[in-house]
Amino acid sequence: MKIAVIAAAAAAVAVLAGISLSPGVTGATSPKKEAKAEKSATPLSSVILKQRQARGAYLARAGNCIGCHTLQGGRAYAGGRKLATPFGTFVTSNITPDKATGIGDWNEDDFWKALHEGKSRDGRLLYPAFPYTEYTKITREDSDAIFAHLRALEPVVQQNPPSQVASRYDFQPLLTLWRAAYFKPGVYQADPTKSTEWNRGAYLVQGLGHCSACHAERNPLGGMIGRKGDDKLGGGQIMGSNWYAPSLTSSLEASTAGWSIEEIVQLLTTGISPRATTSGPMAEVVSQSLQHLTKEDARAMAAYLKSLPETQSRQQVNPPAQTEQVQAWLRYGARIYKEHCQDCHGDSGQGAPGIYPPLAGNRSVTLTPPTNVIRSILNGGYPPSTAGNPRPYGMPPFAQVLRDGEIALVLSYIRNAWGNRASLVTTAQVDKSREGITER
Amino acid sequence: MRQFISLLFIAAAVSGVSDVIAAASDGIPSSKAAPAIPVNVPDTMAERVKPCTVCHGQADRVGRDAYYPRIAGKPEGYLFNQLRDFRDGRRYYRPMTLLLANVSDEYLREMAAYFSGLRQPYPPSEQVISSSTEIRQAQKLIQQGDATRDIPACVECHGKQLMGTAPFIPGLLGLSRIYIAAQFGAWKNGGVMRGQESNCMSDIARQLTIEETNVVAAWLAAQPVPENAGPADALPPEMAQRCGSIVQRSADR
Repeated sequence: MKIAVIAAAAAAVAVLAGISLSPGVTGATSPKKEAKAEKSATPLSSVILKQRQARGAYLARAGNCIGCHTLQGGRAYAGGRKLATPFGTFVTSNITPDKATGIGDWNEDDFWKALHEGKSRDGRLLYPAFPYTEYTKITREDSDAIFAHLRALEPVVQQNPPSQVASRYDFQPLLTLWRAAYFKPGVYQADPTKSTEWNRGAYLVQGLGHCSACHAERNPLGGMIGRKGDDKLGGGQIMGSNWYAPSLTSSLEASTAGWSIEEIVQLLTTGISPRATTSGPMAEVVSQSLQHLTKEDARAMAAYLKSLPETQSRQQVNPPAQTEQVQAWLRYGARIYKEHCQDCHGDSGQGAPGIYPPLAGNRSVTLTPPTNVIRSILNGGYPPSTAGNPRPYGMPPFAQVLRDGEIALVLSYIRNAWGNRASLVTTAQVDKSREGITER
Repeated sequence: MRQFISLLFIAAAVSGVSDVIAAASDGIPSSKAAPAIPVNVPDTMAERVKPCTVCHGQADRVGRDAYYPRIAGKPEGYLFNQLRDFRDGRRYYRPMTLLLANVSDEYLREMAAYFSGLRQPYPPSEQVISSSTEIRQAQKLIQQGDATRDIPACVECHGKQLMGTAPFIPGLLGLSRIYIAAQFGAWKNGGVMRGQESNCMSDIARQLTIEETNVVAAWLAAQPVPENAGPADALPPEMAQRCGSIVQRSADR
């Protein structure tokens, strides 16, 4: 414990030096002025502090802290949201500056230690449900700004229930082993062969935006499996949820290599584009985080995502043989389509791009596994309301209208019509997704 | 093997509806067809609320999992509160929560205004058999309440015509008996609003016996909706104070 305190103190000294040496983020402050402020041991001048808080507020948006640290319908940043994983149910913490129930007693170093090293203020190792595996790439400067923003929030007194870690995982030495295998602390290192914009995008995607928290495949221990070149964005089942986060590096899934930068920016910031519509967890990310990005940052992310080299999809495309039986099923699926889907999605799956997504050639429709598209039919939903698309058109839920078998048939049809080729969907797969409705 | 099992599942699904298959004549469109013209989508609220109207139609509907009341013509503030509470999980019904996640308050308000302004004919009143004692009991509670148990008359808040009070109090006519009875039960058990401590309607519902809620529900369902009926303008000051949680909460946002 003593060692930890000394280490923290040493870090604090290093940090102070870091602050005084780093140029002002907004360009409005000179390093000299800051150094002076430090020397006289007065708090940062209020203008500088305000600027830092504002920058922190923006960065917290980009990192979507509020997404996990807010209970549905609850007070912002007061935590309490439950994250179900195979390792237990983690309850997010209150990160408002309340001393008793929040992080009112924390300082910049404590915060940095959590983000960068995945350790709590008391030195306890944090479970990686908190995405420090990505946040470790955040710069100290950005970490301090986010902390300044959190400090400026109104304290909320809210004691959240403890996390329920499955007993076999509730053992800190296991975390030490896990971290040795899957966690490498280190701030993002710019690639000098790439542009400033690309590097900014990589920083946002890999670090603050923690995209791989969902878009990476994970092994049974929850460790992210990256494959060569995929930057841990090769797609995977989202832990503890019935959603599949598609690969951002496979043209069969959600790679944007063939898109224009504008289209990618449009999807990220408005939630919808002529080629794709966000739903489920991604709609939430757009709503709470990405729509607030500056044009420059959104473009930087797009530039980076677009540049990712193609990696082979892990999924096998497995279209059915066109036997007489299969054709009969698809004909029945076509009938259901005509009755329930065609009004909006068109007689040849053409949809109304930007309003009702086209289904012909739509990769999210032909994805293996078909989890997401099953959920879309069962639960429906609106794309997020955003500044760029404030009044979205929506998809009705059909869980109460169609039986599992009917949904399997209409999906099998959609996945094999108008040039689409994908595996048939089974009644059992639909049934399994109905269970998922009870979780977030 | 897995493929075979998959096919079995589908076969099972199809066998239940084989008569429909025989009647199906649609072919599978060829992928070589010329690119189709995008679907023409009207720029209207009616089009935008299609996800709602798949369940909420002109009449109340009983679905497989739930009861879907008609919502046309209900007070705007009331509808907005319900939408927002469903979205935020305060009023608990998972499908509504999933449907409305990530929809802004502004857009929810617009949806509420749309449905509130929608004029659709009410279904005919229900044929309910009640004894004259039951009818008297219901009428007394509705028109006078019961001061000894601090139960206000229904008409005080829900309007003289029982068509609600703008903007937050819903009407009580044009609803089915089982829906009203179910809502009474939910108010008693705290099932309508999750985790909300004190609420004037739940306090009132807890004062009523099951017998009383049943006769009131039966009487209300048996009344025709008067022509040109609409919500009352304002709550009496006493009730506005007593039901402050509803008025206050709504004014806050």
